[in-house]
Amino acid sequence: MMFNAPETQKMNANVAPVSIPDPASVALPKTFQTVRTPDPEPRQVRVHAKDVSVFYGPKQALFDVSIDIPEKAVTAFIGPSGCGKSTFLRCLNRMNDTIEGARVSGTIQLDGEDLYDPKLDVVELRARIGMVFQKPNPFPKTIFENVAYGPRIHGLATSKTDLEQIVVESLQKASLFNEVKDRLHEVGTGLSGGQQQRLCIARAIAVSPEVILMDEPCSALDPIATAKIEELIDELRANYTIVIVTHSMQQAARVSQRTAFFHLGILVEEGPTEMMFTSPAEKRTQDYITGRFG
Amino acid sequence: MNSLVVAALLLLLLAASYQIGLSRSRAVAGSSTLKMHSRPNYHGMMVALWCLVPALAILLVWFFVGDDVVRTYTLSLLPPEVVNGDATQLRDALRRVEQISTGYGVVGDAQPYENAAGQSLHEFRLLTFWATVAVAAGLGIIGLLVMRARIAPRLRARNEFEAVVKVLLAICSGIAILTTVGIIASLLREALHFFSFISPMDFFFGTVWAPRFSATAGGDYGQYGLLPLLWGTIMVSTIAMLVAIPLGLMSAIYLAEYAPRKVRAFAKPAIEILAGIPSIIYGFFALVTLGPALAALGGMIGVPIRATSALTAGIAMGIMIIPFVSSLSDDIITQVPGAMRDGSLGMGATKSETIRRVVLPAALPGIVGAFLLAVSKAFGETMIVVLAAGNAPILRFNPFEATSTVTVSIVNQLTGDTNFASPQSLVAFALGLTLFAMTLCLNVIALYVVRKYREQYE
Repeated sequence: MMFNAPETQKMNANVAPVSIPDPASVALPKTFQTVRTPDPEPRQVRVHAKDVSVFYGPKQALFDVSIDIPEKAVTAFIGPSGCGKSTFLRCLNRMNDTIEGARVSGTIQLDGEDLYDPKLDVVELRARIGMVFQKPNPFPKTIFENVAYGPRIHGLATSKTDLEQIVVESLQKASLFNEVKDRLHEVGTGLSGGQQQRLCIARAIAVSPEVILMDEPCSALDPIATAKIEELIDELRANYTIVIVTHSMQQAARVSQRTAFFHLGILVEEGPTEMMFTSPAEKRTQDYITGRFG
Repeated sequence: MNSLVVAALLLLLLAASYQIGLSRSRAVAGSSTLKMHSRPNYHGMMVALWCLVPALAILLVWFFVGDDVVRTYTLSLLPPEVVNGDATQLRDALRRVEQISTGYGVVGDAQPYENAAGQSLHEFRLLTFWATVAVAAGLGIIGLLVMRARIAPRLRARNEFEAVVKVLLAICSGIAILTTVGIIASLLREALHFFSFISPMDFFFGTVWAPRFSATAGGDYGQYGLLPLLWGTIMVSTIAMLVAIPLGLMSAIYLAEYAPRKVRAFAKPAIEILAGIPSIIYGFFALVTLGPALAALGGMIGVPIRATSALTAGIAMGIMIIPFVSSLSDDIITQVPGAMRDGSLGMGATKSETIRRVVLPAALPGIVGAFLLAVSKAFGETMIVVLAAGNAPILRFNPFEATSTVTVSIVNQLTGDTNFASPQSLVAFALGLTLFAMTLCLNVIALYVVRKYREQYE
């Protein structure tokens, strides 16, 4: 692998969890203090979230999460299943709107602009904040049409050659072009899992988003395809702000610059990835990354 | 009475043999050191099977050959001059003997030989019935004893029963298939009979439908051109689909994609109720309400529209088919994985863009399948067109005029006096065969399309 894994990674993921407290039985403090460690050299903030809570019907899934997401860097959200990391990710481009009964409170800003402003156009927002999902979900169309989908609906291409150029560039940026250049007009669902996921990344890039959200993009892939995607994420970091949710702590350590640890709907700790995996300030973070629970 | 006796006997055998198998199995289990392979109920069921199958087989054989045996016996009772005489006279004689034997009596004076024959037949009937029952019961009991003797700790009664279940299920599906084959065969036979009167060329390519009534005997049967009816069917079905496809598909999209859960829970069954209304009621509705309304509308805009026309029947039929289209399409749209929608919405597509460009194309093959099934339903629909299409089997292309369809003509040709030796009635089979061939083709295409759709996500 291309990154040096920190020492603490040598944990055994198969250690049985000591005890997972039931969220309902845990007495939660009134405020949910997050331990924060700033970067050694500060980065420009793109996304700013303050006191974000999410409710699914009567159930609260996320408690007062506040975080700043830096530009041109990869921020990883880690934590056990059901800790709210995916929920929070979906708040960032308002995909929670599509779930019946979901409610979001607090503020989230992209470059100072409130994402939950009723006057804001969700459709435009999602073009600026793209998303890659857990399971590769190419449309049952050709490879070309998959990538051309976004530019078409947003009218980004003025001519056919223009569109072709966008498609080719996006596929190149997603390191997929060389593998599919001879079969652009075959269906995208015929590709391998890893190729499908890179196709989905190409599709997201094609509308030139500023932020790319990735919801466990490698969980359905084998190690080789995973390595390719991770390599790709590292390349994309130069131009995009990337937020990735992952179950694999090794992956978070390899690809991200900042890491945020969620537990039971609370953002427990966030800081530079290096520090999070070597000397976390919070005991819960320490327990999680050493495999003591979750 | 007789069948009741048989049924009671069979039930008795069933219960007794099962119990015998069960208790024998328990006894073997108690006295043996080996562990039983199968539980007692499987032994019981196998004993019951070994008992019932031979008994049923005997009864079935009698069911098929019994009548022939009785007839042969009756013939032997009649005087030779009657047996070798006129066929009609023989039939009468047989019937009279039959009636005397059952105790109904006959019209007029009974001949002495008739009375004697009736009496003998009555006795013969009783004898053969009880003989059959006795043989059936005897064989059943033999089977029971044989199977009971087989019960042993290592007997794999459970596996044997499994094989029996398999055979039983195969027989059931065989019956369904054989019935279909039988229906097609009888349609074909009668249709061929019809084509011995009227040449297939005149039937399939004739443009005039004017069958004479069978009562007006003579060499001329009238003309049997299929085209006016076929055209009527196609025209009415097309109008129906023009109504049903947009309305059905749009309501399916609304229900599947837009409707809140509460609305959907109420609206989906409400639309499906439309499918539960008997088609004769749509017929009334078309005849009494829709037709006059359309005629009035035509008068208002200066287009002559008949109250009973292809349009009236087509619209009523379309309304009837809406739930069919919407329910099937709704299921197919809901089957499109949510990940597709997320992918599109996550790109900044609006809901309707997502539906138009991703969901519908993905669901299209399935939706086409649903449409084709709906069309085949429209082809076969009868009651609405009988009432509302005006019954005018004339080849013309104006949907505002009365028309007729294949199904309506089948009804017309088979209503009233029917004599299945004349083309006037036999044509119904040729029409039925045509209709069957059409719907079969559509169903095959629909199945093919639907299967192709399934492969996409599996």
